[in-house]
Amino acid sequence: MIPTDYVLILAAVLFTIGAAGVLVRRNALIIFMCVEMMLNSVNLTLVALADLWGNLTGQVFAFVVMAVAAVEVAVGLAIIMAIVRHKDTSNIDEINLLKG
Amino acid sequence: MNLPHIDFSVITPELIVIATALVVMLAEFVGAHATPSPTRSHRIALIALLGLVLAALAAVAGLGRAATDIQGMLVADDLGRYLELVVLLAAALGLLLAWDYLPQFTKMHSEYYALYLLAVVGMMFMGKSTELITLFVSLEILSVALYVLTGFHRGQLAAGEAALKYFLLGAFSSAFFIYGAALLYGDTGSTHLVDIAARASGGFLTLAGLALLLVGFGFKLAVVPFHMWTPDVYQGAPTPVTAFMSVGTKAAAFVALFRVLQAAGVSYATWSLVLALLATLTMTWGNLAALRQSSLKRMLAYSSIAHAGYMLIGVTAGMQLGLSAVLFYLFAYAFMNIGAFAVVSLLERPGYHATQDATIDAARGLFARKPLLAVVMAIFLLSLAGVPPLAGFFGKLYLFNAAVQSGWIWLAIVGMINSVVSAYYYLRVTVLMFMTEADETSFLRSPLSNATGLAIAVAMVGTLLLGIFAGPWLQQLGQAALAFAGS
Amino acid sequence: MMIDYLPLLILFVVAAVFAAIAIIMPSLIGPKNPNKMKQEPIESGMIPFTDARQRFPVQYYMVAVLFILFDIEVVFMYPWAVLLNKLKVFGLIEMGFFLLILLIGYVYVWRKGAFEWD
Repeated sequence: MIPTDYVLILAAVLFTIGAAGVLVRRNALIIFMCVEMMLNSVNLTLVALADLWGNLTGQVFAFVVMAVAAVEVAVGLAIIMAIVRHKDTSNIDEINLLKG
Repeated sequence: MNLPHIDFSVITPELIVIATALVVMLAEFVGAHATPSPTRSHRIALIALLGLVLAALAAVAGLGRAATDIQGMLVADDLGRYLELVVLLAAALGLLLAWDYLPQFTKMHSEYYALYLLAVVGMMFMGKSTELITLFVSLEILSVALYVLTGFHRGQLAAGEAALKYFLLGAFSSAFFIYGAALLYGDTGSTHLVDIAARASGGFLTLAGLALLLVGFGFKLAVVPFHMWTPDVYQGAPTPVTAFMSVGTKAAAFVALFRVLQAAGVSYATWSLVLALLATLTMTWGNLAALRQSSLKRMLAYSSIAHAGYMLIGVTAGMQLGLSAVLFYLFAYAFMNIGAFAVVSLLERPGYHATQDATIDAARGLFARKPLLAVVMAIFLLSLAGVPPLAGFFGKLYLFNAAVQSGWIWLAIVGMINSVVSAYYYLRVTVLMFMTEADETSFLRSPLSNATGLAIAVAMVGTLLLGIFAGPWLQQLGQAALAFAGS
Repeated sequence: MMIDYLPLLILFVVAAVFAAIAIIMPSLIGPKNPNKMKQEPIESGMIPFTDARQRFPVQYYMVAVLFILFDIEVVFMYPWAVLLNKLKVFGLIEMGFFLLILLIGYVYVWRKGAFEWD
C-alpha cells in the first residue's frame, strides 16, 4: 500500500508545477494544458482522500471534475481558435488590445 | 437500499429556466428561414423573457415558506429565493438590453439566449448550493456560459481577447477552488457544508482549504488582487453581457460565500480580518483605477470592483448584521448598474470597436441632445456614488452601519472615504453630460428602441423606489438573513 | 513493505521478456523480403499519399471537440449501470432525462450542420 501522504504530496507538487506553468508560459495552449494539469492533480488528491476516508464522495467529485474539464477543453479551444483565425498567434503577449 | 428522495419543488425556478433554455436552443430551427433576422431574434428573446418571468413568479411564490432541501445538496430557503430574484431581475434587464443590441452584430440568436439562460441557471444553483460538488458544478455552468458570451462578437479581436483572458484566468481560479474543496473534503470526509461545519479540525487542512476556496471566490467576485481580468473582460464583452454578469455573478458568489463562511470551521476572528483587508484593498484599488479611465465601460468595470469591495464590508460584518445589508445592496446594484450600462450601450457606435468606443467623451452634451436620458443617467451615476435619497445611498448606509455595529469602525471609515473618491469620477461624467456642448466626439444611438427604453425605465423606477422604501425592504430581507443565520 | 511491489516487479520482467522475444525471434527465424511499403515508419499496408506534417482541416477539430463532449458523458453512465438493478424504474427515468438533454444537444449540432464535412 502506498501511504496516502505520498500521493497527496505528489498531487501538491503537480498542482504547483501547473500553477507555475500558467504564470510563466506565454502560449495560450500551453497555459491551458497547465490548467488541465492542475485539475488532474486535484483529481489525484480526491481519489487518494476517497481511499483514505473509505467513502465514494471523492471519486464522484473526480468524475465531475473530469466532465467539467472536458467542457472547458471544448470552449477553450474554440476561443483560442477564434483568436488564431484573427491574428495567427496564440502568444498571450501579442494579444494586447485591451489595457489601461 | 433506500432510493434517494428528490423533492423537485426545491428547484422549480431552475427547472423552468433550464426548460426555456432548451426550447430556445431549438427555436431557431422552427419556422421558415426566410423570416427576417431581427423578428426571429425578438421571438426567441420573448420566449427567454417569458421563462425568466415564470421562474421569478415561482421564486416569489416560495417566499416565506420553510426551507426544504434535496439530500442536503441544494436548499430552497428565503436567502436562496431572494438571490434568485436578484439574478432573474439582472437577467431580464440584460435581456432587454440585448433585444436590439444583438441583431447589430450577429445572427446567432438561439445560441446567445440559450447560453444566457444557462448562465442564469448556474447563478441560481450557486446561491442554493449547500454542498461543495454542487457549488463547483454551478460555478462552472455559469462560468463556461459567460466565457462564450464574452467572446460572442466574433468579428472583433478585442472580444476574443477578452474571452481568452476570462477563460484562462477563470479556469485557473476554478482549479484553486476545487483544490480548496478537495482539502476540506480531506479534512472532514464530506463535501456537505453541514458536515464540514460539524467536523472541521480547524487545523492546517481547514485553513488551507478555506484559503483556496477564497481565492476561487475572489476571482469570481473580482476582488483585488484577483481582479486583473475584470476591466478587460467587461470592456471586450458585448455591453448587455457585461451588465448582466457584473451583477449576476457577484450576487451568486456573495451568497455562496456566505454559505461557505457559515460552515467555515474557522473562527469569525480569523476570516473576518482577512476579508476586511481584502475589502479595503478592493475598494481603494477599484476607485483609484477608475479615476483615470477614458472608456465608460472600463470605468464602470473598475467601479464594479470597488462595489465588490463595499459588499465585502458587509461580509466582514458577519451573518447577523451584514447579510441583509449585502442582499439589499445587490438589489440596488442590479438596478443602478444595469441602468448605467444601458445608457452606455446607447453611446456605442454600431459595429463598435471596443478599445476606442463608448468613451467618456461620447457623453458630451447629452443633456442638450436628449435631456431625459441625461437626467436618468445622472441618477444612476449619483446612485452608484451613494447620493441620498437614491438606492445606492441606503445600500452603503446599511453596509457601513453593519460594519460599525459589529465593531469594524475603521473599515466603515475607509468605505466612506472611498465613496467620496468615487464621487469624483461619477460626477465627471455627469458634468460632461450637462455642462459641455456636443461635438464630433459625442454620439448617441438613435432612435431609442422600446426594449432598451423599458430596461432603462425599470432600472430607474427601481433605483428610486428602493431609495424611498429602503426601510421596509431591508426588514423583509432581514428576516431571510435571520432565518439563515439562525439555521 | 517492499514485498507488496513484488507482483509489479514480476509483471515488469514478464513484459520485458515478452517484448524481447517479440523483437528478436522474427529477425532470427522470419523471412526477409523488404519493399517500400514495408519500410514505412508506420506500416499499415498502404503507401502514404502525402507527408504527415500538414495542417488538418478545421472540420477535424469540430469533430474532435464534439467527440470529447459526447464521449465524456459516458462516465456518468458507469455508476448508473452498476446500480441500475437497485434503482429500478426511478433510475431509468432519471437516465431518460439525462439522455433527452444530451439528445437536444445532438439535434442542435446536427441541424447546425457540424457533422457535414464540406
